[in-house]
Amino acid sequence: PFCYPDFNAVTCNLLPDEAAAPQRYDGRRALRASLRRLFAIGSQLSPEVGSSGIEMLETDTFKLHCFQTLTGIKFVVLADPRQAGIDSLLRKIYEIYSDFALKNPFYSLEMPIRCELFDQNLKLALEVAEKAGPFGPGS
Amino acid sequence: MSRPPGRKQENHKISGELFVLTYGALVAQLCKDYEKDEDVNTCLDRMGYGIGVRLIDDFLARSAVKKCRSYSETADMIAQVAFKMYLGVTPTVSCSSAARNEFSLILDKNPLVDFVEELPAERASLCYCNLLCGVIRGALEMVHLPAEVTFLQDRLKGDAVTEIGITFLRKAEDRKHRRNK
Repeated sequence: PFCYPDFNAVTCNLLPDEAAAPQRYDGRRALRASLRRLFAIGSQLSPEVGSSGIEMLETDTFKLHCFQTLTGIKFVVLADPRQAGIDSLLRKIYEIYSDFALKNPFYSLEMPIRCELFDQNLKLALEVAEKAGPFGPGS
Repeated sequence: MSRPPGRKQENHKISGELFVLTYGALVAQLCKDYEKDEDVNTCLDRMGYGIGVRLIDDFLARSAVKKCRSYSETADMIAQVAFKMYLGVTPTVSCSSAARNEFSLILDKNPLVDFVEELPAERASLCYCNLLCGVIRGALEMVHLPAEVTFLQDRLKGDAVTEIGITFLRKAEDRKHRRNK
């Protein structure tokens, strides 16, 4: 999993097949930049009035889930399309962020999160989510 | 020192009294550092603001509340959910303007002043709990509801009740993809 709180987005990668995700750092940066632009116009393009923006993006190889807080932070998880329990994972990540990033007095808002406790707890939450989700036969 | 993963609340509890004493020590130190009451009040408000901008996400994550649809709902949320969650008290809410953007929170009980009877004579303008005003202001700003928050009445100053006034300013522009600090 990788986490980059870049312009209010924390992105986690929950894919069993690493080849499906951009591997190089540049690929991830391009992904984040594209996501930012997508999200910025998503709510305005929506046919629904008062749309809160993109919540899910589905492709053949992965599903992108986005949870946006009332404070404007976006948590983005990329997962296998068959993976279940992402909603509760997103809420768990919100709790972990509010505990181990925000409550760390040495963490500055909107900077990359380099807090070990955050990483540890996030890793644990991802492991739990991975075990819970159905991956199909033989996983 | 590495802590086992898990929410801190489950691992240990800190004495409430220790928190109140720590707050008192903070105010006492600020009184030594600054001569004027206004400076201490400003400092407390600024510290509170720094707490509020972070605490709001903890509040939203733990309480899982929906977005408030009016200032009135917001004031109720602050009094009945947030105050209850963090200070264990529930102030009474009243709306004090026809425009429905000014509210009062009346605190019957205020745990922060458990050990304080009244202010010393030379600190008559001190807003002892001004940190709370900063917290509320910072938290509201992060959900795009800028507001002015001050103490309107204070039992420590001899008033009948302790009253926090919240005035919601005009709603901030839609900034879904940017955060205020």
